[in-house]
Amino acid sequence: MLEIKDLKVSVEGKQILKGLNLTVKKGEVHAIMGPNGSGKSTLASVIAGKEDYTVDGGSITFNGKDMLELSPDERAKEGMFLAFQYPVEIPGVSTINFLKTAISEIRQYRGLPPMEAKDFLKVLKEKQKVVEIEANLTGRSVNEGFSGGEKKRNEIFQMAMLEPSLAILDETDSGLDIDALRIVATGVNKLRTKENAFVVITHYQRLLEYIVPDFVHVLYQGRIVKSGTRELALELEGKGYDWIKKEFSELAV
Amino acid sequence: MSGSNEILEEFVQGEYKYGFTSDIESDTLPPGLNEDVVRFISTKKGEPEFMLEYRLKAFRHWLTMKEPHWAHLHYPLINYQNISYYSAPKKPKEIKSLDEVDPELLRTFEKLGISLLEQKRLSGVAVDAVIDSVSVKTTFKESLSKLGIIFCSFSEAVKEHPELIKKYMGSVVPYTDNYFAALNAAVFSDGSFCYIPKGVRCPMELSTYFRINSAGTGQFERTLIIADEGAYVSYLEGCTAPMRDENQLHAAVVEIVSHADAEVKYSTVQNWYPGDKDGKGGIYNFVTKRGICLGNNAKISWTQVETGSAITWKYPSVILKGDNSVGEFYSIAVTNHMQQADTGTKMTHLGRNTKSTIVSKGIAAGKSNNSYRGLVKVNRGASNARNFSQCDSLLMGNNCGAHTFPYIEINDNSAQVEHEATTSKIGEDQIFYCNQRGIDTEKAIGLIVNGYCREVLNKLPMEFAVEAQKLLAVSLEGSVG
Repeated sequence: MLEIKDLKVSVEGKQILKGLNLTVKKGEVHAIMGPNGSGKSTLASVIAGKEDYTVDGGSITFNGKDMLELSPDERAKEGMFLAFQYPVEIPGVSTINFLKTAISEIRQYRGLPPMEAKDFLKVLKEKQKVVEIEANLTGRSVNEGFSGGEKKRNEIFQMAMLEPSLAILDETDSGLDIDALRIVATGVNKLRTKENAFVVITHYQRLLEYIVPDFVHVLYQGRIVKSGTRELALELEGKGYDWIKKEFSELAV
Repeated sequence: MSGSNEILEEFVQGEYKYGFTSDIESDTLPPGLNEDVVRFISTKKGEPEFMLEYRLKAFRHWLTMKEPHWAHLHYPLINYQNISYYSAPKKPKEIKSLDEVDPELLRTFEKLGISLLEQKRLSGVAVDAVIDSVSVKTTFKESLSKLGIIFCSFSEAVKEHPELIKKYMGSVVPYTDNYFAALNAAVFSDGSFCYIPKGVRCPMELSTYFRINSAGTGQFERTLIIADEGAYVSYLEGCTAPMRDENQLHAAVVEIVSHADAEVKYSTVQNWYPGDKDGKGGIYNFVTKRGICLGNNAKISWTQVETGSAITWKYPSVILKGDNSVGEFYSIAVTNHMQQADTGTKMTHLGRNTKSTIVSKGIAAGKSNNSYRGLVKVNRGASNARNFSQCDSLLMGNNCGAHTFPYIEINDNSAQVEHEATTSKIGEDQIFYCNQRGIDTEKAIGLIVNGYCREVLNKLPMEFAVEAQKLLAVSLEGSVG
């Protein structure tokens, strides 16, 4: 589904990703872990198509399509979703209106007729239950005045509504208390199917107790230096990132 | 009238002397302004003596005035002798189908969601007589007159209802008010007149759409709206379709009189030609709009969406004379490319327990400059006056400017005045967030800007609001990325 090959990315001349490889197949959940500054969020942003980054080399293909050729909105329309680490506020635009616009744009791109209002409302109600989000939050302006936890839950709610085939969760656990974390994770688990895939980016192992990954990758100095299963995450939890840093310090250039 | 006939005669005979061209279409005065020109206009329009007197007084006063330059606007000096002050309405060029209309214009119509029929009307395509707006207009006019509502062109009112014109014209905006108001009073072309009798609630939105002479009202428009005791009217001016005009200078005057317990709601969408990307050829729009809440519990509400013109100089104001009267100003001003807008309001509190609300949303893009200028004045004796002002500016890109000039003059200790102001930048982050949900940049800007303007858009009558939302998006096209 997602194939990243030898991806090299820089920001203002500084190289952040230095040849990253990652393959995600449908039905899989991948966790990407790593110390601060290793390039985790850069990876998420580049996949989604944020402009501030320069791709110096490599490729990102998604369902056989070259993503680097597509604009961010086209990538989203292809079925890619990014749950933001810092969700943005859009005053005056209700989440409902926002999602209605998004869904109709996506459907139009895929050659589908617009969704009937009553169908939309039905789906809305269903998905509100999935992520345990209060109905009044979706009537309010997108993320405006939301608490950190509400914003993250709203991200998962939007994900539920848009039904992407690939969702990237960028440090969705940061700033969440244990209850909010559980709600978010439960939401994600309910949305897991054999057809979709998740890339969960996190600094801590904690989230992975709730969202059990099939694969765990350690990102350090712009490369994936170690890949394994869930055990790798536990090992990191026990030993911290220092041993990774020591083992791969020669990468530091 | 014999006097004016002579003058007219003189003018007609002086055709060659003044360089009149003989072709039928150009029943147009050569550039220049003097008393004879004022007389000529009045005669041409067949006005009664009192109107000519008024025009002349205004003209003489105008001569003593200086063009104001306190606004945050930059434009080359206007040579008032270089302007032609009378041009008979030209017969529009006959167009048989929309295929002959500029495709760029049609594309804009499409984006604004303007109906095919309306598109034809706006671009001057001959429309089937049965569905022509003229017949619609007549029907409406009949049902209005049954209620005693007078709604006609200003010229018609001057002839048919001179007593109302004499009583109210210049009572809110006297010709001595300012340079452009004086100029307008001297040479005004035409406009609308509306009178709602006591206790009558106007059953429909009165709009320029139904106006008798929507074409050729020209550059010096004049509107007078009177709501008698307990009356109500909602008036719509302008349209979202781009308006092109050969006249660069526009100086309109709008006066509103709201008697006791009456309410007037005035909504404007202004989309005059803003000039090209370098600012060439746009309209200079110098408008004086003011209403007076004459009696107790009167209300006047201005709502404006300003997207056009190269220069906008406009401060729809309310004089709150009656006790418990209410004044409102809701504004969206968009400037893009080289546009400049200096707009806002004046709320003058004279009566007791008077209340005013100001919500201004400025949006600047390109290399434009967008200023809010407002005055809240509470006179001595206007006890318990209250004002709430909110002025927000939204910037797009790094080359535009947003400015806020709020003035507050309080002469009564019991007044309560609140002022809030914010300046924000449309974030790349916000756009990217929308993009990531599958919304392209153009639509994202529309969404964000409409969200930002929500409070004001909500004040517009439904039929206007939908078009206005689209207009905002179209006006800001290409302003980011």
